[in-house]
Amino acid sequence: MKKRILSLLLVLLTLTLTLGLAGCGKNGKYPVYFLNFKPESAAVYEEIAKEYEKEKGVTVKVVTAAANTYEQTLKSEIAKSNAPTIFQLNGPIGYQSWKDYCLDLSDSKLYSYLNDKSLAITDGDGVYGIPYVVEGYGIIYNNAIMEKYFALPNRKTTINSAAEIKNFNTLKAVVEDMTANKDKLGIEGVFASTSLSAGEDWRWQTHLLNIPIYHELNENIDYDDPTVAGLNAKEIAFRYSENYKNIFDLYLNNSITDKNLLGSKSTSDSMSEFALGKVAMVQNGNWGWSQIANVNGNTVKNSDIKFMPIYTGVAGEEYDGLCVGTENYLAINKNATDEQKKASLEFLDWLFSSSTGKNFVTKKLDFITPFNTFAENELPEDPLAREIVRYMQDGNFTTVPWVFTSFPSENFKTEVGNSLLEYAQGSKKWEDVVKTVKDKWKSER
Amino acid sequence: MQKTLKRWFPIFVMPTLIAFLIAFLIPFIIGIYLSFCEFRTVSDAKFIGFENYVMAFTENADFLNALWFTVRFTVVSVILINVLAFALALILTKNILGTNIYRTVFFMPNLIGGIVLGYIWQVIINGILYKFEFSITSNAKFGFWGLVVLISWQMIGYMMIIYIAGIQNVPLDILEAAKVDGASKTRILFNIIIPSVMPSITICLFLTITNCFKLFDQNLALTAGAPSKQTQMMALDIYNTFYGKIGFEGVGQAKAVVFFLIVAAIALSQLYFTSKREVER
Repeated sequence: MKKRILSLLLVLLTLTLTLGLAGCGKNGKYPVYFLNFKPESAAVYEEIAKEYEKEKGVTVKVVTAAANTYEQTLKSEIAKSNAPTIFQLNGPIGYQSWKDYCLDLSDSKLYSYLNDKSLAITDGDGVYGIPYVVEGYGIIYNNAIMEKYFALPNRKTTINSAAEIKNFNTLKAVVEDMTANKDKLGIEGVFASTSLSAGEDWRWQTHLLNIPIYHELNENIDYDDPTVAGLNAKEIAFRYSENYKNIFDLYLNNSITDKNLLGSKSTSDSMSEFALGKVAMVQNGNWGWSQIANVNGNTVKNSDIKFMPIYTGVAGEEYDGLCVGTENYLAINKNATDEQKKASLEFLDWLFSSSTGKNFVTKKLDFITPFNTFAENELPEDPLAREIVRYMQDGNFTTVPWVFTSFPSENFKTEVGNSLLEYAQGSKKWEDVVKTVKDKWKSER
Repeated sequence: MQKTLKRWFPIFVMPTLIAFLIAFLIPFIIGIYLSFCEFRTVSDAKFIGFENYVMAFTENADFLNALWFTVRFTVVSVILINVLAFALALILTKNILGTNIYRTVFFMPNLIGGIVLGYIWQVIINGILYKFEFSITSNAKFGFWGLVVLISWQMIGYMMIIYIAGIQNVPLDILEAAKVDGASKTRILFNIIIPSVMPSITICLFLTITNCFKLFDQNLALTAGAPSKQTQMMALDIYNTFYGKIGFEGVGQAKAVVFFLIVAAIALSQLYFTSKREVER
């Protein structure tokens, strides 16, 4: 009798366990599971998912990875039985790590919407990643402070507006004169903090480094596309390292923060310094708009926020525009079920071509998209995005592509950031930074 | 009775055993297997043999540097924590006024999570260093001592509680006998109290050594290895290897296995040596 009870109990126990586990699986299986890359847009994506369910009756699960943890989150999520159906690649290097999971999208509607098909990540005949947002960065400046400077009677420069700054020497002259007059201008420094704390140094080790590397790769006549040249470069000569030093030194020497303290500053510190009117310039991209707009006590007027290309003293830089590109590519999980693949593609199609979806994209997500489903007037309203479009449409400028998508690894960037911090603190020399860039490019490739 | 126990044994053990298997033993075995594989996610592993282990030591010196930093950190912290915790325990068993309040206060830092502690101390340390135009990343020494201060602050209270329990268990009759015989205070401390609290010392040393060696959150939050990985401890190095470069997941895993072996070896030998000195009562 007792034995029977015992075995009964055991059976019950295993049953509840297996049912419990299976139950989780069933409840968790969504037709569309979107693993979001942009933490700043997390709330908007939730709203989009709700709207889509209301309109089409299809549930979209949105999970957002915390800042700088996308690869980690994706790594663990994609191994689950309820893996994301839509995920993001950060470029050709990211594709290398996820290629076993990417569905060929060459027949998808989304791909057919692309204005410039060459932007997609391709491998052979297949299309595996489709960019969905175009972003740009440069030096953001507060025109109100610049106008104040150009109205100074004792200024040493001869130009009359920030728009006339066309090369590094002019920029340097203006910036150094502004530093000399910073009390009159009511600022604490010309540039916002060159944030160099761990995980906050991407504006320098990735974005700023893009410029000297771009100029070098652009000289490589074997390839039409500098990013492709970068991907194939086993080694780099780092010929434009002096230009990199030019601009980095300018940032450090005219900063609001003492060089020794930069290791404790974050990007949001820099953005709020700019928003509070304590500094005139900050290097960042249009994604930083929300960080400027949402600062309490923001003193910068929207109409005063302008972009200027980053000048480093390279010959012919008058014609270089902002750095425009993308590191956000959509990919569909190859291992999802056929229904999931279909539902995911339909969702993306809806988001980027239906009027409700497009409204979200331009008004709430503030994306400049590379799709032809968006008319000329369907653009985000924030001043930085407008500035990027202005530069892209101006025939006098060639946009600088994001060749940093070809940088060898995260480690490479971290090591460069480390050496920049040590250079700023004075514990390393500039030659060490140059050596780090060259050596790590080779060893991390 | 014995028979009934035997019969019901599986039912009572089963839930814990299953949880232990799922949450510990199976991942542990998979982890060891993965260290011999090349993989992106845990489900697509390809066996490649010892290559990862070779890479862990030859790719760069990060792992060995982290090991050396960890060893220095552990030695300093373990001594500081245990000496201070024992001293506090001695004071707080002397029946002074407010003993319970002090015990609670000293124990409280232990209730705060490592990441939070790391950021709190980063603000405090930077606040002081700013006065001298430095920040915690200016020099690896700041990071090292910052970590030591942080971990001491966090762990002293816990160790103190264990020592207090030990000291309270020292038999009063022996202490009185010693006093009657005219033993000095230092003699009582070294010849009676310390030998009688050897079990507590064993536990405290074990906890501090393993916790200092495995330190991760505090390290990540306080310095994240800056400047240039000079304050990077082993756990952080493993984490950075795993996520820092595509194709290096296996190397990170191999480092983790080596790390496990080191921690296990140190902890077990410490347990063996200190428990030999425990007195039987």
